[in-house]
Amino acid sequence: MTRYWRLFKDSTLLYSFGRDKVAMASFSVLLLLVVLSFSSPLIAPFDPYDPAGIDIMDSDIPPSWQEEGDPRFTLGTDAQGRDMLSTMLYGTRISITIGLFAVLLQSVLGILLGLAAGYFGGRIDSFLMRLADIQLSFSTLMVAIVVLAVFQASFGTELYNDLAIFMLILVIGIAEWPQYARTVRASVLAEKKKEYVDAVRVIGLGSRRIMLRHILPNTLSPILVISTVQVANAIMSEAALSFLGLGMPVNKPSLGSLINSGFEYILSGSWWITAFPAIVLVILVLVINLLGDWLRDVLNPKLYKN
Amino acid sequence: MTDMSEPYSQATGELLKIRGLSKAFPLTKGFLEQLHFEGGRLVRRRESVKAINGVDLDVKRGEALCVVGESGCGKSTVARVVMGLLEPTAGSIQYDGERIDNLPPERLLPYRRKMQMIFQNPYASLNPRLTVKQTLEEPMRFHNPGIGNGELKDKVRDVMDSVGVDPSWRDRFPHEFSGGQRQRISIARALMVDPEFIVADEPISALDVSIQAQVLNLMMDAMEQRALTYMFITHDLSVVEHFGTRVAVMYLGSLCELAPTRTLFETPRHPYTKALISAIPKLTQGRPGHIKLIGEVPTPINLPAGCFFHNRCVYADDRCKVEKPVLHTVDGGCRVACHGVQEGRVD
Amino acid sequence: MALLEVKGLEVKFPMRHGELTALRDVSFSLDKGERLGIVGESGAGKSVAAFAILNLIGRPGYISNGEIIFEGSDLAKMNARQIRSIRGNRINMIFQDPMMTLNPVLTIGTQMIECLQTHMNLNREQARERSIEKLRQVQIPSPEDRIDQYPHELSGGMRQRVVIAIALLTDPSVIIADEPTTALDVTIQAEIMELLLSLCEDNDVALMLITHDLGVVSQVTQRTIVMYAGRVVEEGPTRRIVENARHPYTHGLIDALPERTAPGMRLNQIPGVMPSLAAIPTGCSFNPRCEHVMDVCRSEQPGYVTDGEFRVACHWVAGREQQK
Repeated sequence: MTRYWRLFKDSTLLYSFGRDKVAMASFSVLLLLVVLSFSSPLIAPFDPYDPAGIDIMDSDIPPSWQEEGDPRFTLGTDAQGRDMLSTMLYGTRISITIGLFAVLLQSVLGILLGLAAGYFGGRIDSFLMRLADIQLSFSTLMVAIVVLAVFQASFGTELYNDLAIFMLILVIGIAEWPQYARTVRASVLAEKKKEYVDAVRVIGLGSRRIMLRHILPNTLSPILVISTVQVANAIMSEAALSFLGLGMPVNKPSLGSLINSGFEYILSGSWWITAFPAIVLVILVLVINLLGDWLRDVLNPKLYKN
Repeated sequence: MTDMSEPYSQATGELLKIRGLSKAFPLTKGFLEQLHFEGGRLVRRRESVKAINGVDLDVKRGEALCVVGESGCGKSTVARVVMGLLEPTAGSIQYDGERIDNLPPERLLPYRRKMQMIFQNPYASLNPRLTVKQTLEEPMRFHNPGIGNGELKDKVRDVMDSVGVDPSWRDRFPHEFSGGQRQRISIARALMVDPEFIVADEPISALDVSIQAQVLNLMMDAMEQRALTYMFITHDLSVVEHFGTRVAVMYLGSLCELAPTRTLFETPRHPYTKALISAIPKLTQGRPGHIKLIGEVPTPINLPAGCFFHNRCVYADDRCKVEKPVLHTVDGGCRVACHGVQEGRVD
Repeated sequence: MALLEVKGLEVKFPMRHGELTALRDVSFSLDKGERLGIVGESGAGKSVAAFAILNLIGRPGYISNGEIIFEGSDLAKMNARQIRSIRGNRINMIFQDPMMTLNPVLTIGTQMIECLQTHMNLNREQARERSIEKLRQVQIPSPEDRIDQYPHELSGGMRQRVVIAIALLTDPSVIIADEPTTALDVTIQAEIMELLLSLCEDNDVALMLITHDLGVVSQVTQRTIVMYAGRVVEEGPTRRIVENARHPYTHGLIDALPERTAPGMRLNQIPGVMPSLAAIPTGCSFNPRCEHVMDVCRSEQPGYVTDGEFRVACHWVAGREQQK
């Protein structure tokens, strides 16, 4: 393991990270958000999932620095009387979880199909890539809306509310595999031509071993780049679906459903219910995308930035 | 004089026999692009690059057969077809009397141990994510699944020693080595399974002059110590004079001349071989003095009729333009495919 | 007076762990119509030297010291606009890959005419006439038709001829050719080299030929510079260098050529590899590979021993000179 640690320590990745202020700042913010949201059961002042802890009389209290604010609720409360800060911490956790698992699913599907398409070529390649084209011609949101709406209609809202998180992961994961498949295929096509692949074919290794042990590790850079961007996209998709009422239920809100639930009250002056989760969402997606941009620049040898 | 149609053969000693080998790469074009109007009719024409066109070649046990020619002559394709990296369009390849070009992968495995390959580009032929040790262990483990760790370690050390790479560097990655060292590691990988036949595809052309000599010497030493047989693909004739026992000259996917090295350099017969040898830059001359060829190499998509070389050859006559010459034996053990040489028009 | 004089040129590249010195104290001169060969292995700094002359060193590299005097003015101190009036006009460059010079989406004619109109006061008709004339000079058959073709319609050898024609368009006084034939086949290489040689002779153009191929250098050039690890180690008339090299590196390089050994024998080799620029040994940079290494070689960088047209940086040679 020390070998790989040494490799990492000497890598241009770490070096350029240390010199890129934007990357460092983005990473710190992301790390802060992740740590805070995943430790929410420990640090959040209230438990928004516990109906007993919520008092409807506390609803619609503005942030504490405003005149009608309550010192118990730093960022105010929502229409149901839940503490905004706690709800947002839990919501961020849900958003990030969905983003990560959806991307995990996407990547497993996309990498396997992309590897197969690129390595075997010919008919397999044509079939898989046409499939990807068809899939891409439906937008993710459209597919998700149809699937989720049908599910909700046929199995009832209650079951849906229980399974919402899995459904979202599944739908967003399956809808976006072509992004991965295309990226992986392109770099497999480039790697396949290199002589080290011929060398292991001369040794007699089977296709599976060549693909997984030799080609896949050399396509990791573009996979890493696309993964960051896809996490941000998945979080956005989830937020959009939740905003449309097809995502996380109100009693287990993600950032998207929080924005949605506050949207009704924004005209009546309760801006904080929508504004705070929206700000967190924007920051979260922004820092992930900034990190993705930085990664792409560093890992692309053709792009020299002084 | 021997019968022309009989393929070149001697009773003993052939390790590899290539007969009538052809390889064409179809040009991938869309269906609509394949359609052409010809004589008022719409016809579908599929074009292909004819990389090798009917090559007969033997490699004798213990020799270093050099295949030389300029870019696009099909020499690398021959190497890849022999190693089973490409499927031939026509023809057969026999190894030690056994036909190997149509074997399924699992029946080919015993031959994978006996035949190995060294590649041209030392920067692409090693997997950048594997350490030297991992790269070297892989073929050994694959072909000897039961091998113990101690034995494997000894073997890696021995082979690294024999190619002149310090065994204590086995945990390093390829990018930590220079081009010449990488080529040594590449040779080590081929030697790990103790092969008897090695195909080397331009193994030194990506290296610096002072390193070329090192790697070439290493290959010669390995040949002597391990009783190897080489098929050495190169465009550099000056190297061939030292390395090869016999030389095969290729032009546009066909053999022009096949001769013992000494004979080829002293008395080249084929007009193309003569031009090639005269073009080697030498220290001893003042100005470049070489035989000029006229015209350009025809495209391998539409090969000319007759001798492929006729449009660049000063000796070409009408027969050369229509009839394709076959290899025939002339004195001194060399075989030449040229009507002019056969008729005595070319000295 | 020399046409081009490089004095004490030093080029640096800032890197992660400090600066790399790609060229150290490189000096040489080129007379009018002279043919100079610069020989070295990859990483020796020969291409950097050529790029430095034309101020083409890519960022972050820079010229940290030295002068490049061309026709009385210092190229190293010129601004971008001034250097453009020299580059591609008075000094031209031929690269290993013709496609570095040729734009794949423009016809050859368009590129040649554009070049002429930038540097010379010609109208379109005159420029085209002159372009065709130059194409004929590089022995391109039917130049009137070829001029309207795109680079991809030509073979590798033809493309390099076109590049040479472009390099000659503005009647430059110096042509820098960086491995002009390395990507080409042997037979074509011989033709291109001969063409370049005769064109330079006929037009009285000075040629700076950068190559790793000693054979080519010995056939084409009058004087040769040998570079090792960013420094000139030997300079002298080509014939004398080839026949009687003094520096152990040059000697080894020539001896490693296959033609220096009897057929079938082991080749002579120089042990080891050229050090990377990040790890140049102290003293003489060749000392770990040298068969004549002495204590002083490991501690002190050798100065130049001059002997007429000869110049060698080697303690061992210096010692032998003193004994005489």
